[in-house]
Order: sequence, then C-alpha cells, then structure tokens
Amino acid sequence: MAEGSAAAGLAHRVRRTGGRRRLAAALLVMPLFVFLLVGFVGPIAALLARGVQDTEVPRVLPRVTAALAEWDGRGLPDDAAFAALVEDLRAARAAGTLAQAATRLNYDINGFRTLMFATARRLPVPGEDARAALIAADPAWGERATWAAIRRAAGPVTDFYLLAALDLKRDTDGAIVAAPAEQAIFLDVLARTFGISALVTLLCLAAGYPVAALLASLEPRRAAVLFAFVLLPFWTSLLVRTAAWVVLLQREGVVNAALLGLGLVEAPLQMIFTRFAVVLAMAHILLPFMILPLYAVMRAIPPGLGRAAASLGAPPWLAFLRVTWPLSLPGVAAGSLMVFIQALGYYITPALLGGASDQMISWFIAFYASRTVNWGMAAALSALLLVATAALYAVYARLAGETQARMA
Amino acid sequence: MKPLILAAALAAAALAAPAAAARDLTVVSWGGAYQDAQRAVYFQPFMQARGIRLLEETWDGGVGVLRAKIQSGANNWDVVQVESEELLVGCEEGLFERIDWARIGGRAAYREDAAHECGVGAIYYSFILAYDRARITGEGPRSWADFWDVQRFPGKRGLRRGPKTNLEIALMADGVPAAQVYPMLRTEAGVERAFRKLDALRPHLVWWTAGSQPPQLLASGEVALTSAYNGRISAANRNDGRNFAIVWTNNLYTIDSWVIMKGSPNLAQAYAFLAFVGQPQAQAQLPPRIPYGVPAIGADALIPAAVKAELPTTEANIATALHIDDAFWLENIDRLTQRFNAWAAR
Repeated sequence: MAEGSAAAGLAHRVRRTGGRRRLAAALLVMPLFVFLLVGFVGPIAALLARGVQDTEVPRVLPRVTAALAEWDGRGLPDDAAFAALVEDLRAARAAGTLAQAATRLNYDINGFRTLMFATARRLPVPGEDARAALIAADPAWGERATWAAIRRAAGPVTDFYLLAALDLKRDTDGAIVAAPAEQAIFLDVLARTFGISALVTLLCLAAGYPVAALLASLEPRRAAVLFAFVLLPFWTSLLVRTAAWVVLLQREGVVNAALLGLGLVEAPLQMIFTRFAVVLAMAHILLPFMILPLYAVMRAIPPGLGRAAASLGAPPWLAFLRVTWPLSLPGVAAGSLMVFIQALGYYITPALLGGASDQMISWFIAFYASRTVNWGMAAALSALLLVATAALYAVYARLAGETQARMA
Repeated sequence: MKPLILAAALAAAALAAPAAAARDLTVVSWGGAYQDAQRAVYFQPFMQARGIRLLEETWDGGVGVLRAKIQSGANNWDVVQVESEELLVGCEEGLFERIDWARIGGRAAYREDAAHECGVGAIYYSFILAYDRARITGEGPRSWADFWDVQRFPGKRGLRRGPKTNLEIALMADGVPAAQVYPMLRTEAGVERAFRKLDALRPHLVWWTAGSQPPQLLASGEVALTSAYNGRISAANRNDGRNFAIVWTNNLYTIDSWVIMKGSPNLAQAYAFLAFVGQPQAQAQLPPRIPYGVPAIGADALIPAAVKAELPTTEANIATALHIDDAFWLENIDRLTQRFNAWAAR
C-alpha cells in the first residue's frame, strides 16, 4: 500500500512538474504564436474576407436593398422599390456616399456609375411617380438586369469576386455562366503563372544540381570559395539583380553587343520584354534556393557509398542513377518546392523584364489593390493563388509521405 | 500621484488644443524637382508677400489617403495637388470644399478646362509622340498615323502598358478626330476599332510603365518612337544632352488641380494661397523651371518664347490636343484593362 501510494505520489509529482513544464513551454512559445496570429494569420484572413464581403450597396442604399429582398426576380420590382431607390439616392447624394455603391455596381455592369450619378442629379420631386420618373431619367431602370445587379450586390457576402477570378459571372437569373471571351483572362494568367514557375524550377534544378554536387564533393576550404559565388548574389537585392538583367539583355546591351561583335547575329536580338528574359532572370535569382537544400542533403551522403558501388562493378552513370540520385531526392524535392512556391508570387522581375503577355498573377493583384482600389478583386485573386499553392503543397506532401513510407 | 497625472494631462490638453486649432496652412504636392520649383516661385514668395506661414508636405497620390484623412477626422492637410482622377472621385465623395471662385479671381481668370467645382488647375502635362533626332535624321514622324508606319520608321514602338491613352492614340492614328474619340470609345464598335488598330502594330510594341522609361528606351535605341510625358523628354534634352523631338499633333493632355480639404480650419489662408498662385505673374515663373503648362489666363504672354514652345498649353500645341476624359476612364478602366490584358496575352 505504502509503496503504491508513494508511486502514486511520485506519478502525481511527475505530472505536476510535467504540467508546469508544459505551461512554461507554452508561455515560451506564446510570443511566437501571438506574433504569427497578429502578423500572419490575422492579416491574411482579413484580406481573404474582403474577397467575399459585400457591404457597400446595403450600407449606402439600405431601403432599396430591403425592398428588393422581397422581389421574385421576374419582371420589374414593385413601385415600393422604385420609391426606395429614389429615397436612397437622395440620401446618398447628400451624404457623399453614392460613389462607393456606384463603384461596386460598376464592377458588375459597366456604365452603372454614370447611371447612378446621372439619375441622382435628376431625382423626381416628392409626390411624382417614382417608377415613371426613373425610367424617364434613364431607360436602364426599366430593365430587369439593372435591378438584378443591385440585388446581387445586396450582401453581406458575395461570390462575385471569386467567380470573376475564375472567369465566371452570374447572369440576370442568377445562374453561373462563363465571362465573355474578351473579358476572360484570369485562368490564362493562373496557368501562365504556374507554367513560368515550373519552367524556372526545372532550370534551377538543371543548373543547381551539378553545382551542389561539386560543392559537396570539395574539401571545405575550396568549397568556401565557391560558396561565395552562390551566396554573394543571394545577398544582393532582388531589384539590383533584375536591373542588371535589363542592362545585359536590352537591345544595345552587353549580350547583344557581344553577339554582334562575334558576328553570330546580324541584327540585335529582342531579348528584353520577352518570356525568355523573365524565365532567365527568375532562374538566376532563385538558383541559391535550389543549391542550398541540395547541398545540405548531398553533404550527408557518405562518399563511401559511391566507391562501394564502383567496387561492385557499377559504371559511374549507374552508380549515380542507383545510389546518388535516389539519396539526393529529398534535397531535390525541398529545393524544387522552395523555388516553385517563391516563383509563384514573383512580381517585380516580370514587371520590369516581361512584356504585357508575361505578367503573372501578382501583377494583377497589385493592379487591383493599388491602381483601381478594387480590394474585393485583389483579395479574390490572392485567394485563388493561395488555394492553388496550398493544393499543390498538399499533393507534394502526400507524395513525399508515400515515398518516405516506401523507403522505410 | 493622481492629481499630478491629472494636472499633467490637463496641461498637455491645454497645450495641444490651441496648437491643433492654430495649425499652419499645410500645402501638399508631389515632391522632387517639381516641388522645388513650386517652393521657389509659389511657397516662399507667398509667405513673404502675405505673411502667412506655410508648411509643405509631399505625397504620392491615391484617393484612399485623402479618404482616410477625412473619415478619421484627423485631417492635417489644407491644400493638396491632386491628379484629375482623384479630383473627380474625391469631389463625388465630398472630400473637398466646393471652390468659391469669387475669392480667387473668378472662373474666367482660368482656362475653361482648369475650373472644376472642387478644384482649380495647377499644371497641364501631355502624352506626346517622341523620337531621337540622333537616330531618325531625315524627316521625322508628324502624327500618330506615322507611329503606325513601320516602313518609313523601322524599329519598335513604346506605349504605356494598359488601355488608357493607347485606345485614344489608336483611334486618332486611324483618322478619328480628337473630338470624336471618346464618343466613339463609348460604343462597343469604337473599342473594337481601337483594338484592331493596335493589332496591326502588335509585333512592334514595347510596353513601358514608369514615366522615366521612355527617355531611356529612346536613348538605348530600344524603341524608335514612343509615347511619353512631355516634361520627361524636355528634361532629358536639357539635363542629359539628348536631342529628342516632340510631336505635339494630337497630344493627350491632363491637368493636376489644387483642392481644399473638406472642413479645413485654414480656409481663409487656403484661399489666399490659391489666389496668390493663381496670378498670371506668379504662374509665368513656373514653366522656365519645369516645362509644365499653367492655367491662368494671361500667364502664357509672360513666358519666354523658347520655353513656351515646350509647353502643352501653347496655342500651337493645344490646338489639336485631346483632353483625357477621366469620367470615361473612371467608368471603364476595370473592363477595358481586363480586355487589354486579354488582348495583350493573345
């Protein structure tokens, strides 16, 4: 019994100290956790929320929003809705808030901005028939599509921006349809973003693998010298390296001057403002992110394994294929993932070196966020990029997990 | 302890309250060489002549900044120089005071397109066709139609990335008179026609984004002809010894305006400032320092002829010009940018 109670007491003490330790550990990680929450999770969640929020129209035009909630969507809304709109427009014009609602509605139907302001300037006097007066002010008020657009923007949440990011929209009846061909662009841009990133990753792998293998095979002092060549550009500003490529690749730049001087070409090649320039510069900038993880993994491969393979009669290519390559695969995977995911978000390099058809999705996010201040669209495109990236990462993690399980 | 804190708080409040009320007139402009010129010809002489203290600030534009200042109730700016789009949006949203023209010399004292209900023009600047005389030595291009003539003027063409200015240029190159450009762009057929015209030039196009790029593209021979801001081309000639030529035919001009922020506590000083910088004698001092046009009637007569030739407001230069229609772009920028990008990616 005594022994048992002593054991129980010990267990209790262990639990208590364990508990205290866990508490201390939790307190120690707390700053990091709070930092992540405040600096990372919070802002991203807030931004993504803007992609589905739809508050401008209900805030600025509350009466007509309420009136349209009871509209069956067939034919035109009743007189109450027309009267409510007149009231809302009058109030919004006086408060100076009309532009917010007009901007939102203009995203959906081009021309809505003018319609709202022109109508607000010609509002019927009290007692006048609101329906007749509005339709007389602009025949658009006699069309179902106009009212359906207001109802679609009635909030508080919307799929408008997310659908637009997928080149889709809702028609007057609320069904999801494809956007017209000359407006459909974001799926192409997304495919282009992934295509450029994949190409850059392949180039980095092709260029980085031999470098990492060489670095891993050298004695440390000579490796350190070579490492400087990898790390110096790595520490140089992205903008400087991009600008350097402009100097190299432009029409009368260093590369063209050399090609002309050697007589290899007769006229200067168009290299800048092309996809070629974007891919080349991005591969150069991201190369260290491929080399470093590859080097770390290759360094850990015992050199004896290669010799063992050779002593068992394997020619060098077979030894590489059967021994070195499989053992370096975790480095290949880590480096490729690092390069690929960074490449997805590239903005400044394509902006400076690419043409109009080489811009990646970040360019469009920046365009909507800072140029037209259409935060909904910027947020929806960000969400598209985030989801696509996360899905890709999930596939990678799944495959990597299976590989490891098989190897174990 | 407590009474001490209370006393300190009271003292701070007592100090802060009058300071906030008696804030100096704060004028906000674009900084750099431009604001240096404004300081010399407007700000310093105004302070000396009127004995009103003036604080300077700079900003980079964006109606969001102005909106935040007004909505937060902590606005510390009085007079701001804004671009035409910000003037339009801010005026609609009630961020600016309505201009009382009687206090600044009357509407008739300014060029007609420089007088807006919420703002008075500060400077004019233009998108023009530019080329390098060092490379095109014979007869140069004379119009946007020549911009499309790749036989006579071989080489790449630079245009600003995005639909704004390019659709207008395309229509004018296609023979549409300046006055008909925006009515036509408001129709689907007009937009279609502009894109078809751009199609013809597609393999020769290079896109620029920043105003500093066109002079560089010309200097490096990257492009033979380009659209550009007139001021940048003149500056390259003056400061870098270039021999760039400007074709003024059908240039596209726009206006920056002074606005007074809504509810400014320095309204009287703000009007005194606008009245001062609205004088033709004061405005005539600006272009010799930086080649922008000025809106006061009578200022042009006081400007030396050599300077005048470089200004968007000179009779010869403005005769065929197109005023960029901000109301049109405000309404159509999202749709046409999307269409432009889809077109450019094909």
